[in-house]
Amino acid sequence: MKYEVQENCLTIYLPGDLDHHNSEEIKREADRLIERGHVRYVIFDFSETEFCDSSGIGVIMGRYKKICMFGGEVWAAHANERIKKILKMSGATKIMQIYEED
Amino acid sequence: MREIINGMTNEMKLEFDSRSANEAFARVTVASFMTQLNPTLEEVSDVKTAVSEAVTNAIIHGYENHVNKIQIFAGIEGKTLRLEITDRGVGIPDVKQAMEPLFTTKPELERSGMGFSFMEAFMDEVIVESEPGKGTTVRMKKVIGKGRELWTTQSL
Ligand SMILES: Nc1ncnc2c1ncn2[C@@H]1O[C@H](COP(=O)(O)OP(=O)(O)OP(=O)(O)O)[C@@H](O)[C@H]1O
Ligand SMILES: [Mg+2]
Repeated sequence: MKYEVQENCLTIYLPGDLDHHNSEEIKREADRLIERGHVRYVIFDFSETEFCDSSGIGVIMGRYKKICMFGGEVWAAHANERIKKILKMSGATKIMQIYEED
Repeated sequence: MREIINGMTNEMKLEFDSRSANEAFARVTVASFMTQLNPTLEEVSDVKTAVSEAVTNAIIHGYENHVNKIQIFAGIEGKTLRLEITDRGVGIPDVKQAMEPLFTTKPELERSGMGFSFMEAFMDEVIVESEPGKGTTVRMKKVIGKGRELWTTQSL
């Protein structure tokens, strides 16, 4: 896992399994970086992620709630088809933009 | 001994501590057990998600993060994979309500109430038996290889 803050944008490089076990640390670390100030965009980078369940949805929704009142946005990048399906089914795509590369 | 109907029957049982590190262990073990049904990658992903949801629920809700035992039974009968995930935790007072999409009793832990919806979407059948103070068993079934059978019949 890796976190990168560039100006007002936090990128979280998610682990292979985005489950309950791994999500607790991500929540803590992401919130620490968000609360330090200036983070307006959170990008969830799914390049390495093969597995995501409702705990992963909780991580996304929770960060969205933190930044949306300041006009922030959450994005998903490099999500495979399975992850996109999970994001859609959960309704997360209603609040999150999916970055599609070509 | 169980009678063999429509080919193979096979069973396994697993018992482990309700620690979050065991979530991956549980779903990978069930995924590995089901490979004898020659599943597609998507079917494996469906079952892994369902197992992960039920096990996570046992840890967070059933045992409220106290360490106790979780049991998984997995059985194969013909093409059907049958799973039972059991905890002896707090139980669910109203199962029907618990299974409604977006219903959660732990919003403060950022749960979004999607677990049962995922189990129902990815498995063919989900039945929850629970008694307050006694615990919860989630029974699930999924027929493996539905799509492929169609393809085989057509190509013959
Ligand atoms: N094993 C269990 N023991 C006790 N209560 C449970 C159990 N499993 C589920 N529940 C109850 O059912 C509710 C709904 O479960 P579900 O998995 O759908 O959502 P959640 O766990 O609250 O959120 P999410 O799964 O999206 O993180 C839970 O909030 C909890 O109250
Ligand atoms: Mg759940």
